Amino acid sequence: MEIYSIRPILAVLIPFICALLIAVTGEKNRNLREFWTIAASVLGCMVVISMFPHIYNGGQYIFNIAQIVPGVELGFRVDAFGMFFAFLSSFLWIVTSVYSIGYMRALKEHAQTRYYFCFAACIASAVGIALAGNLLTLFVFYEILTMSAFPLVIHEETSAALEAGKKYLAYTLSGGALVLFGMAMTYTLTGTLTFASHGFLAGHGSAQILRMLFVIFIMGFGVKAAIIPLHSWLPSAMVAPTPVSALLHAVAVVNAGIFGIVRVVTNVYGIGLVADLGFLLPFAIVASITIIFGSIFALAQDNLKRMLAYSTVSQLSYILLGAALLSPSSLSGGVAHIAHQGFMKITLFFCAGAILVQTGKKNMSEMHGIGRRMPLTMIGFTVGALGMIGAPPICGFISKWYLGLGALEAGHPIFIAVLMASTLLNTAYFIPPIYNAFFKEPEGDLIESKEASWWLLGPILLCALISLIFGMVSMVPYTPLQLARTFLGV
Amino acid sequence: MVGTSHLPILVVLLPLVTAYITPLLGWIDKRICNPLVVVSMTLAFLASLLLARSVLTGGVISYHMGGFAPPFGIELVVDYFGVYMCIIISFITLMAAIYSREYVAKELHESKTVPYYTLLMLMTGGMMGASVTGDLFNLFVFFEILSISSYALVAITGKKVAIMASYKYLLLGAIATSFTLVGIAYLYILTGTLNMADLSVRLQSVYGVGGSSWTLIAALAFFMVGYCIKAALFPLHTWLPDAHSMAPSSISAVLSGILIKVGALAIIRVLFNIFQPEFVVETIPITSMISWMAAAAIIAGSLFAISQTDIKRMLAYSSVAHIGFIILGIGLATGYGTTGGILHIFNHAMAKGCLFLCAGAIIYKTGIRNIDDLAGLGNKMPFTMAAFTIASLSMIGIPPTAGFVSKFYLGLGALETGTWSGWVFIGTILVGSLLTAVFYMKVINNIYFKEPLLREDVQRDETPLGMLIPILILAGGCVIFGLFPRIPLSLAEPAAKLFLGGI
Repeated sequence: MEIYSIRPILAVLIPFICALLIAVTGEKNRNLREFWTIAASVLGCMVVISMFPHIYNGGQYIFNIAQIVPGVELGFRVDAFGMFFAFLSSFLWIVTSVYSIGYMRALKEHAQTRYYFCFAACIASAVGIALAGNLLTLFVFYEILTMSAFPLVIHEETSAALEAGKKYLAYTLSGGALVLFGMAMTYTLTGTLTFASHGFLAGHGSAQILRMLFVIFIMGFGVKAAIIPLHSWLPSAMVAPTPVSALLHAVAVVNAGIFGIVRVVTNVYGIGLVADLGFLLPFAIVASITIIFGSIFALAQDNLKRMLAYSTVSQLSYILLGAALLSPSSLSGGVAHIAHQGFMKITLFFCAGAILVQTGKKNMSEMHGIGRRMPLTMIGFTVGALGMIGAPPICGFISKWYLGLGALEAGHPIFIAVLMASTLLNTAYFIPPIYNAFFKEPEGDLIESKEASWWLLGPILLCALISLIFGMVSMVPYTPLQLARTFLGV
Repeated sequence: MVGTSHLPILVVLLPLVTAYITPLLGWIDKRICNPLVVVSMTLAFLASLLLARSVLTGGVISYHMGGFAPPFGIELVVDYFGVYMCIIISFITLMAAIYSREYVAKELHESKTVPYYTLLMLMTGGMMGASVTGDLFNLFVFFEILSISSYALVAITGKKVAIMASYKYLLLGAIATSFTLVGIAYLYILTGTLNMADLSVRLQSVYGVGGSSWTLIAALAFFMVGYCIKAALFPLHTWLPDAHSMAPSSISAVLSGILIKVGALAIIRVLFNIFQPEFVVETIPITSMISWMAAAAIIAGSLFAISQTDIKRMLAYSSVAHIGFIILGIGLATGYGTTGGILHIFNHAMAKGCLFLCAGAIIYKTGIRNIDDLAGLGNKMPFTMAAFTIASLSMIGIPPTAGFVSKFYLGLGALETGTWSGWVFIGTILVGSLLTAVFYMKVINNIYFKEPLLREDVQRDETPLGMLIPILILAGGCVIFGLFPRIPLSLAEPAAKLFLGGI
């Protein structure tokens, strides 16, 4: 059942208006400026939640703004998958806002107004991407996201940050150009861009054209999804402040790329068509290569945030593997992993940020014994890390389990081996820092350090707790897994 | 439809008559010039909107000057495209005129005020006339009016470089003029008429005839070269970067924003109104030739722009690239492509107008022209720089700005051709917009994220309100017409359909 409602546009406009209020308030009244962020994030999240019951029962919300080309409106159509991503972004915005206030004030960062302004704009575009009813609307918000995340990436304004920014723009704008090409091609073939529950490309164009188009879409969205070899902007972008890394890795940016790919696979091509075109194996192999190599690169890092960045590269391809295997279980596992990865990775980045604020240390080799001085932070880190490895009862296990099932359903048990290899590699790079943190004596200036303020600690513990809950009660309604299953109709 | 109202001639006469009143009143008091011009352009803008309404409801309007019926009397033909151009011309000139009050007072010598406004009005009158005329010789005359007044306006500062630039512009402009005149003469020899509608009918009998069709081809060639110089299509663009960067910024906005598009208008008129679409698309594939030239313009213009250090010169080269987008759309001769090209005339006029006005504001406030010295301006002039950023994004084609919509339409148009060259063209469009991103992002980076040399430079010092308002209106337009593209498309689409009627 479809309902015409202003709720989708409200969910997008609230963060946009918040961004304007932040710009108007400016540096003059910092408390008011931060109040806007918190208020808008809570309000936005509530609007998204208000759409839950109807969507969960299989309904849709629709809102159209204006026609762009004949047959394609700038408009929203909310289904379970969009709902899922919108909720993830808007909920994590609340958490990140709280964390940002603690982090930015503790480090006395410059240009905070610009930071909060761009952050709100990023959330607005992420929600826009999530709720978009067609490829064009998705692309519009996708590009706004690209541009509004740019000032965040170069926030430090050091030469390293400016270089990272250039790299980021070069990669993501090129990716955007490919998506635009794919979109124009799709429109020329079909005359529509509106997402359909089983795809709308079937029966249009020759198999050859459709294959080429699929590769273009995957490459275009794959830049933000950090598929190897299109990933290198992501590790460079870790020079940005920690809450920005959280935004890139968990809240909005990489998820937008993944979201785009899943939309193309399920709602533009349709699972059946992708299988008919013979993309199962090549796509899954690309994902597997990224999983393995991302982890191998992570092994070689000493900088904690850089290691986490490579871990994201690897984890994102779990989701892609789920999409590539094209079986109901693997897809629901993959889609659920968007949220699972988000919650676990944001915990890890928050911990890295808290350590940076308290001790100024960035490298893992300098963090020995940190667990004795900052026990709660490191417990959060341990939960996140174990989740990444895939240990029950943390939510990472759930995704891995369904991916494994999916590999069997698809008749390619070889990919279980990929998952196992990745588990081993994850263990290899996540366990040593945890071991060193808890079982070695703190040295040097670490002896004096203590736990971070509750502004930082609260979000860490909350996200760690949610990762645990999603892992333990994944069969309860409204968890990521169940939403994913609603979307896929399984 | 034969119009009963006198609106078609009014939009031409308003600026022309103002051009004659300005020196008179300016002789009494120089301060009257600006309000006079602003009022006159506001009226012209409103008249254009009224004209658009009657064209949209009643179809193409034919106006007979002095009541003499064509082909013997002079005919004004207001079609969708003509009225579309009128709206853009009067609007951008209005913005430039509002901006001029404070800008001219500082940047030009007092004695230049009256000639400045007089020439501006003459030029606008020429452009308005060229848009609505239905007579080929009339088009030539209006082109002369607008060209000669623009030569003078480029040189109006009196600086040596500006005079050199104007001279270069004049030389190439004169060549273009003589070429088009020869073209007109050939067509007159062939048909004995110069009324466009009449020409297209009489040319029917000429197409097939072996011997005389060489004359026809020569005429077409003269027209194309002549008007491509006027439109500054690469590689005939060499006059543009000098002229557009040396002129006062308010004039640069008009030159880059609309004047070169009148060249594009003339190309459209020649290709689709005078010649048969079949002839220019199939018999002599002139449309595909200009498409390839336009594709070269997009890449070359962007590459030149990347290497510029002077902000106005960079904007000028960017215009070379974007006139390429417009002509590419026209040359594609497909529904979406031509619509996209025509739409881009509007979108580029707003964005480039805004950018030149911003550049003028920067020079007005700080005297800086070098891109590397722009550091800290984001804090110094936040509103101007916000407008600059929005207009730049529109040039790059980032949604939700207007530039994205025209880029998307052009892309669809390229694919619509269904040939391998269409794939090359869409690739060119995408690569071109990425290259555009390179040089605009460099400026934006410098404005916002680069450490200024001196701390005291960063005090808040915004552009005066009289100059800021037109800048903000144009920047706002870039976003509004990106979200609601149906507004310009309601004229651009039927215009394209009318031109491509024969295909």
